[in-house]
Amino acid sequence: MKKNMAFVALGLATTLLLAGCASGQDSSSVSAQDATIEIGSLYEPQNLSNFGGGGQGVTEAFNGNVYEGLYQLTDDGSVQPLLAKSNTVSENGLVYTFTLQDGVIFHSGKALTSTDVKGSIEAVLADDSQSARKSSFGAITSIETPDDSTVVVTLAERSISFVYNLSYIWIINADATDLETTEDGTGPYTLDEWKRGSALSLIRFDDYWADPAANEKAVFNYFTDATALSNALLTGEVDIVTSVQSPDALSQFIDNADYVVNDGDSTTKEILVFNDRIAPFDNVDVRKAIYSAIDTKKLLNSIWGDYGTLIGSMVPPTDPWYEDLTQVNPYDPELSKTLLASGGQPNGFEFTLDTPSYDPHPIVAEFLKSELAKVGVTVNINTISSDEWYTKVYKTQDFTATLQEHVNDRDVVWYGNPDFYWGYDNPQVSTWVAEAEAAITTDEQTAKLKQVNEQIAQDAASVWLYLYPQIVVASSDVKGYPVNGLNSQFFVYDIVTN
Amino acid sequence: MIPYLLRRSAFLLVSFFIAMVAIFVLLRLLPGDPSNALLSVTATPEQIAAAQAQVGADRSVLEQFSTWLAQLIRFDLGESFISSLPVWPEIAGRLAVTVPLTLMAFGLALVISIVAGLVSAIKSDRWYGILISGVSQLGVAVPVFWVGILLVSLFSIGLRWLPSSGFPRDDWAHPTDALRSLTLPVITVALVMSASLTRYVRSATLDVLGSDYLRSARAQGSGHTEALWRHGLRNGAVPVIAILGIELATTFLGAVVVESVFSLPGLGSMLLKAIQQHDYPNIQGVLVVSTLVVLLIGFFGDVAQRLVDPRLRVSLSATR
Repeated sequence: MKKNMAFVALGLATTLLLAGCASGQDSSSVSAQDATIEIGSLYEPQNLSNFGGGGQGVTEAFNGNVYEGLYQLTDDGSVQPLLAKSNTVSENGLVYTFTLQDGVIFHSGKALTSTDVKGSIEAVLADDSQSARKSSFGAITSIETPDDSTVVVTLAERSISFVYNLSYIWIINADATDLETTEDGTGPYTLDEWKRGSALSLIRFDDYWADPAANEKAVFNYFTDATALSNALLTGEVDIVTSVQSPDALSQFIDNADYVVNDGDSTTKEILVFNDRIAPFDNVDVRKAIYSAIDTKKLLNSIWGDYGTLIGSMVPPTDPWYEDLTQVNPYDPELSKTLLASGGQPNGFEFTLDTPSYDPHPIVAEFLKSELAKVGVTVNINTISSDEWYTKVYKTQDFTATLQEHVNDRDVVWYGNPDFYWGYDNPQVSTWVAEAEAAITTDEQTAKLKQVNEQIAQDAASVWLYLYPQIVVASSDVKGYPVNGLNSQFFVYDIVTN
Repeated sequence: MIPYLLRRSAFLLVSFFIAMVAIFVLLRLLPGDPSNALLSVTATPEQIAAAQAQVGADRSVLEQFSTWLAQLIRFDLGESFISSLPVWPEIAGRLAVTVPLTLMAFGLALVISIVAGLVSAIKSDRWYGILISGVSQLGVAVPVFWVGILLVSLFSIGLRWLPSSGFPRDDWAHPTDALRSLTLPVITVALVMSASLTRYVRSATLDVLGSDYLRSARAQGSGHTEALWRHGLRNGAVPVIAILGIELATTFLGAVVVESVFSLPGLGSMLLKAIQQHDYPNIQGVLVVSTLVVLLIGFFGDVAQRLVDPRLRVSLSATR
C-alpha cells in the first residue's frame, strides 16, 4: 500500500509540475496590435478552396480575412465596394465597368491586375467548376480587361444582383496553384499554418493595401464537441466562440461579467420542406393546414429558449425585402382541421418525413409528429444521414417531406425555380423572380421580391419554422468581432484585446 | 521458435489481406455517395457528374479496388477526396498524438493495475483490498467520456492547472506543452483501462495464490514473497499478457472518444470525420494503419506469451 500511495503522490507531483509550466503568453504583456486572438469554432475547413467541399469553415476563416472580392457583404447585410474602387453601369444595364483599387498586392507579392479578376470570375464559370455560385452568373457573356485596373463585364440580360453576387467571388492570383492547401489572396491576413484537425492560424499581412488588421494573429481552433468548445472558453484557451449551436451551454456565460453573449442576426432558416409536386402536398390547403397545426413559437422556445426569430416566409429580417408575414399561416389547430377537410383530407393522412440525423432536425421531427397527431396527421420519421439526404432528397427528389436548414441570405429566389428539389411551381412567382433580377432600381427589385415573399407564404410553399439565432460568446476582454453570422463569415481584422 | 515466427508472420499477412478486402467492400456497401460532400444545395446536374468523376464513383468497384491495391503495394495510401491532400502525411501527423497517448495511458494503466491488482488479491481480507476490488468493479462500468468531462471540470475549469482541450500547433517542438495537453486524456484513458486490468491482475494473482505449486514452494521453505516472485510471477503473467495485447489494441482503436472529448487531432478524430464525409481514401488509410497496428500487437503479444510460458513451446513441438 505504501507503494500505491507513493505512486499516487508521484502522479500528483507530475501533474503539478506540468501545470506549473505556463505555456500560453500572458496577453496583458503585449500591446493590442501584437495580440493573438484565439477563436473557437466547430467548422474546420475540409480544404482551402471555396469551390468544392471546403464547407462553411473555409468561408468563416478566409472570407474577407485572407481573400477579398470586388465587393463585400458587410456584417449588417449591406454590399460595399472592396477591391473595386468604383463601377459604372451602361444605360441599358448590361455593361459593368469596374475600376480596381490602387496598390493592391497578393500575399505572394504580385500586384493585382484586371487579369486576376477576369481569371477569378472565369474559374467560377468554368465547365468543371464546383462553385455553388456558378448559376448566379449565367448572364455573363464576356469579360474584358482594357487595362490593368479596369474590368468590363457584359451581361446578356439585366441582373440587379450582379454586384451583390460578386461579393461571393474571391479574387485570387491567376498564377496561383495548389489552392486547396495554400492561398494567394489580397486580404489583411496571410495563412500562417493549418494544422489539420486542430487549428488554422492567420497572420497579419504587412503589405496590405488598406488599413492593417488590428491584431497580429488570429487563430481558429477547431472542436468537434460543443462541450469541449465551451470549456475552452471557460478556461481562457479561446477568446471567442463563433457560433454557439445549442442554448444548453449558455447558462455558464449569461450574467457572468467575464463573458459577453451576443444575440445577432443569422440567415439560417429551419424549414419543413414539402415535395410540392406530389399528393397530398400538391394541394395548397393541405400545406396550409400543416402550417397552422404547428406551434412554431413553442418549437423555437423548446429548442432555443429566448433566442431565435419566428419567420412567416423564406426571407430573414436582414434581407432588403423582408416583411413580417408570421400571421399569414397562424397557429390554429381548428383552422388546420377545416383546411384539411377542404383539401380533401378530412380524416387526416400519413406521410414520411425524411429527417437528417444531426441536430436540431430529430428533435424538430418529434415535435412535428406530436403537433400533427393532434389534427389527425400521422408523421413517420425516417432518419437519414446528410449524405443520404443529398442523394435521396436533393438529387433524385424522391421524398414526400423533409427537414433542412438553408443558410444563405437572399435565397428566396429559389422558389422561382420549379426544378428545385422542393418542386414549388407557380409561374407567377417565377416571373416575379425573373423581373426582380431584371429590375432597373433596387426599389423595383425589392417590390417584386416582396410579392414573391407574400405569394409563397400564401401558398405555404414550405413551412418556415424559425430563423436560427446567431450567438457569439466572447470573453469581455475582446471587442470588435462580428456579431451577425451572415453566410458564415467571421471578419477578424477589427478584433482587439482590452 | 524460428518456424513458429515464420508461420505466425504468414498468418499475419493473410489476415491483413483479408482485412483489406473487408474494409474496401464494407465501405462500398454503406448508403450514400462520396461525391455528396463536395456539393452544395445549389449544385447543377453537371456539377454532380463532375464530382462523381472526381471521386471515381463512376468506375466499377473492382477497378477501384485494383487501383487501391496497386497503390497500397507501393505504400501509397492515395489522396483524400475532400481535401485532395495525400493521406499518409496526415495519418503520420496524427499518429504523433495517438501513439504517445495510447502508450502513456497503457503504461500508466499497467502500473496502476499491477499495484492495485496485487494489493487487492494479496490483501483480499483487508478493508483496502476490498475497496480496491469494489472501485475497480465500478470503474469497469464508467464510460470514458464521463471520466474525461469530470477531470476537465476539476483540473481545467476548477483548478486551471491543465488545458481542457487541444494539442500544441507545433506538435512536440515544446514537449512540456505537448505533455500538458496529453496529461488529462492519458489519465482519463488510464483510469478506465486500469479498472478492467486490475480485475485481471487480481484474479490471476488469486489463482496463483491458491495453486498447488505455490503451496509446495512454501512447504519447501520458501518465504511468501520469494515464492510469489520466483513461481507466482511467471505463472500469473501468462493470462495477463494475453489480455494486455487486446487492451492495448482496444485503447488505440478507442482513442476516438477521448480525442473528441479533448479535441485532440489524433487518428480517431480523423476517422470519425472521414466517415461522416464518406472520404474513402482517408477511411481506408486510417483502417489500414490501425489494422496493421492491431495485428502487430497481436503478433508481439503471442510471441511474448510464448517466451514467458515454456509450456506453449513444448506442447507445440509435441503436436508437430
